[in-house]
Amino acid sequence: MPDTSETPSVLSFLGDVAKGQVLALQDYSLLVVQSVANVFTPPRYWTDTLEQMDLIGVGSLGIVAIAGFFIGGVLVLQTSSQFERFGETALTGEAVALALVRELGPTITALLVAGRNASGIASELGSMVVTEQVDAMRALGTDPVRKLVTPRVVAMVMMLPLLVAVADFVGLGGGFLVAYLTLRLGAVQFWTTAIRALAFGDLVQGFVKPLFFGFVISTIGCFQGLRVKGGTQGVGRATTSAVVISSVVVILVDFFLSKLLLYMFQK
Amino acid sequence: MLRPSRPAPLLDANTIVPGEPLIEFRDVSIGFDEGDVLRGLSFDVSPGETKVFLGESGSGKTLIMKLAAGLLQADAGHIWVMGHNIGEMSENELLDFRRHLGFVFQEGALFDSMTVAENVAFRLREENVPDAEVDERVREALKFVELEAALDKYPAELSGGMRRRVSIARALVDRPPLVFYDSPTAGLDPVTSQTIITLILRGRDLQGVTSLLATHRVQDAFGLAHFRYDKESNRVVSDDGNGARGVEPGHDQRQVQGAAVAPPTNVLVLREGKVYFEGTAESVLHSSDEYLKKFLASAE
Repeated sequence: MPDTSETPSVLSFLGDVAKGQVLALQDYSLLVVQSVANVFTPPRYWTDTLEQMDLIGVGSLGIVAIAGFFIGGVLVLQTSSQFERFGETALTGEAVALALVRELGPTITALLVAGRNASGIASELGSMVVTEQVDAMRALGTDPVRKLVTPRVVAMVMMLPLLVAVADFVGLGGGFLVAYLTLRLGAVQFWTTAIRALAFGDLVQGFVKPLFFGFVISTIGCFQGLRVKGGTQGVGRATTSAVVISSVVVILVDFFLSKLLLYMFQK
Repeated sequence: MLRPSRPAPLLDANTIVPGEPLIEFRDVSIGFDEGDVLRGLSFDVSPGETKVFLGESGSGKTLIMKLAAGLLQADAGHIWVMGHNIGEMSENELLDFRRHLGFVFQEGALFDSMTVAENVAFRLREENVPDAEVDERVREALKFVELEAALDKYPAELSGGMRRRVSIARALVDRPPLVFYDSPTAGLDPVTSQTIITLILRGRDLQGVTSLLATHRVQDAFGLAHFRYDKESNRVVSDDGNGARGVEPGHDQRQVQGAAVAPPTNVLVLREGKVYFEGTAESVLHSSDEYLKKFLASAE
């Protein structure tokens, strides 16, 4: 016979977990609203924003370019074997361009930036929380959301589309190089088919997505950092959570945005 | 647009209502998952008074500081600070209000990505004070804590005692009328602790600061009660009879301001979330209460 005395405590445990999640969602929503509202009212921390743009944008340039180059290359490797069967290797440029600009460029860049910057943001803010620097900021009359969160959100939202543009371009370059070396595809043929394949809707898809991804990555990173509890161990947990949650949410947002944008721009 | 630099706020008609306490706690309670920490706490702090909170670890000393500064909200009760009802203020109002306070955190809480000078200048920069004035006031504040040479150092390059001193400089740079010191001597050696107490004495006796000090060191309370900083000789001197002069809570203590004696220091001992004892340093020392005797003996 099951031990019924355990039932209430399990239910109450589940209830507490559910309440905790709802509370976290509420706190996250408030942080999001506050971070956006701060953009429209002074004081604005332009120096901090520029500093974050440098850290996020310039700092991520290397990994984004390298990843983009090899993704472009591997796309050619994977698609060319199929196109060769039908004697349509000329379509390789088109396939690479569409896949990169619509989907892989924004998503892979966002995941790389999430790994690099959501973790960085969460650990930096988390360390500030456990060493009472955030409380010190409040005690000095400065709003930590305005000073720490808004500059990171603005910088990320502005930088991610630019990083995606770099990833797309370098990816096409990588694709061309592999196509040239393996398929002996000429530059004019590759670039002409690649550029012709892209319609206005594809470019909108490619550059609207990173705006949302940037917002998700930065707000989740900041939120996880600011709610750190439990010292350095807590900072570690927040850093892991920031990367995991932001990466999963990026993929979820990608699905729904793709559906919406395809509906809006379907030919 | 740059805002004009505002004059350093001192104890004046804007911050003090005659006959009214500067800080008033009434039946304040706060608790966490582990249970209530403060249970219906009530006390007053008069203008010019130094109130020392003594108690065991976890007795709620830091919470009192944070509640008074509006960094935490009480679960029940009322807190008035300089005429403001803390519980009824929005976070934006509290941010503005806190610019008139100084807060020294237990570990200093210096911004580790900023130099000492940038840390001390933080509040002034936020208020758009002109660069020349910021530079002058930062140097003045660091001179006050005898750390002028550390201007360009980062907090990681400083010792624990130096970090506390920079934190005191940061708290006092705008000359606030009210300063909270959260265990400023915790974990420091006796000599460095004495240096920190001297700085608190200087803040009190040279700038007329009303102070709240959380500590578990009885010596800190007696140091503040028995000594004063003499402006003429520029050193700490014994203040005989101050213990007897530390007046009872609620008494208007400004009458002693300006006199060549230290402003009154009163001690409040916390136990199990309540005020266990409140009085002068001398009365704590001579109390026949068993708990106080035991506490004093263990804290020596």
